[in-house]
Amino acid sequence: MHDRHPWLWAAAMAAYAFLYLPLAIVVAYSFNDSRLNVEWTGFTWHWYQVLLHDKNMLVAAGNSLLIALVSCLISTVLGTMAAIAIHRHDFKLLNFMVMTPVAMPEILLGVSLLLFYIQVLHLTLGMLSVVLAHVVFSTGFVAIAVRAALAALDERIFDAARDLGASPWQSFRHVTCPLILPAMIAGALMAFTLSIDDFVITFFTAGVGVQTLPLHIYSMIKTTVTPEVNAVSTLLMLLTLALIFTAARLAPDTLKGKY
Amino acid sequence: MTERCREKYLVAGPPFLFLLLMLAVPCVITLIASMSYPGEFGGLAPFISKDTHALHGLTLETYLFFFSDFIYTEIFIKSILMAAGTTLICLMMAYPVALLIARSPKKRRNMLVLLVILPFASNFLIRIYAWMIILGPQSALSRLVNGILHMFGQAPVHLLFSSAAVLTALVYVHLPFMVLPLYTNLEKHDPALLDAAQDLGANAWQRFCQVTFPLSLPGVFAGSALVFIPVLGVFAIPEILGGTGDMMIGNLIKEQFLVARDWPFGATLSVMLTTILLLIAWLTSKAGAIHA
Repeated sequence: MHDRHPWLWAAAMAAYAFLYLPLAIVVAYSFNDSRLNVEWTGFTWHWYQVLLHDKNMLVAAGNSLLIALVSCLISTVLGTMAAIAIHRHDFKLLNFMVMTPVAMPEILLGVSLLLFYIQVLHLTLGMLSVVLAHVVFSTGFVAIAVRAALAALDERIFDAARDLGASPWQSFRHVTCPLILPAMIAGALMAFTLSIDDFVITFFTAGVGVQTLPLHIYSMIKTTVTPEVNAVSTLLMLLTLALIFTAARLAPDTLKGKY
Repeated sequence: MTERCREKYLVAGPPFLFLLLMLAVPCVITLIASMSYPGEFGGLAPFISKDTHALHGLTLETYLFFFSDFIYTEIFIKSILMAAGTTLICLMMAYPVALLIARSPKKRRNMLVLLVILPFASNFLIRIYAWMIILGPQSALSRLVNGILHMFGQAPVHLLFSSAAVLTALVYVHLPFMVLPLYTNLEKHDPALLDAAQDLGANAWQRFCQVTFPLSLPGVFAGSALVFIPVLGVFAIPEILGGTGDMMIGNLIKEQFLVARDWPFGATLSVMLTTILLLIAWLTSKAGAIHA
């Protein structure tokens, strides 16, 4: 191998340490027997117990799960349809529209949706406004995953299906769908993860109507630093990790949109 | 209508209409709002009003207002400098990582890439919170820094709620956006070029400066755009980790929408931010195309 200078190693390892150390500290202090995130004083499950009895936190977690579930279902359907339209019919404008929310800074999408909800729809901000906002940005991620799967298919199987007398719906139901199913599930998991983690867009579209986990974490860290935040962070990290791993196994291209 | 055509409308229709309503229309509304008068109780004034004395219709007043007070331009300039600084530091940190991955044996590359992405499976706020702990006044790092400052007879400093804290977290949050496009580019380089350079007597540093780096410029531009664009829109990082002087464009926008409730001005700021971002995206794609 070429030019793997020791300095290169050292610099790269330092960067990896920079990436992992902060999170390791968050996780470690979630088991720390001290109110302050300053020194290790001993092991405890205490902060996880506090978490289980924190009613606001549980309500927020429930809301987040519900929003993630509904928005991931809708965006999986819309994203898959968009992917098919873009792949089979070369719909460039739709491609642009699907990818714009993926690329634009979240704050811009957040405020324009806020304006739209209040000024045009006269909608009371709450669960519905958040779910719709999440669908807007997660549709693109589903579309990326499904498009990659469609591009990998051999077009001749559709000719074969048609020759055998399959209607377009039958061809989708029995040929396309089973083949792109892993990508659809991967896209859905990605959409779920993005929804559960989203802070900025939710911040602008939730109003006072609904509290989600990231919004709750935000209000907690703005006022006090407590190891309870470390505990909920650790659990959230585990959940997202599991989802992303599953998505990456089902369809390796899924992560490309986000990173 | 042919069957294929009907299929096209059936498949494309729902996502197209949804995004038309939920993306295109809100963007147009923002543009219109930026040219409206503020309403009496927040929000926007109605466009058509029976009361001829009330302010209504479209205006460019908010845009003029932006330039009437230098403080807004100053925040924009500071944000752009902050984003440029973040991009530069990300580039310097990401380059060795990307280069190491590209020069690792093929089997190990995917693992090393995954290791870059993995920390970012954690929530955005958690990553900011981690820095609150590390830079907190009682933290080991704070005590170390202030201990060293004390040895040299300097006054102690606060690491948290400073521009340095904001910059650190900005780099931390956006680093993988720089590593991945760089790696994608570096991976494609032909190792024979480096052999040739070596045979011609170039040392490691010369090989880097005259072969690897110039070839990687498209990756550098792509990564820079991916870091610069989201950084210019952040508001949570300066709000949580910064001091009063560390306000960025995102904070200004958030303030107008949720605190001052001057929506036309908030919309104006959003439109100006969008314009800057589009300009930068266009410039980087041009620069990338020249070097590709």
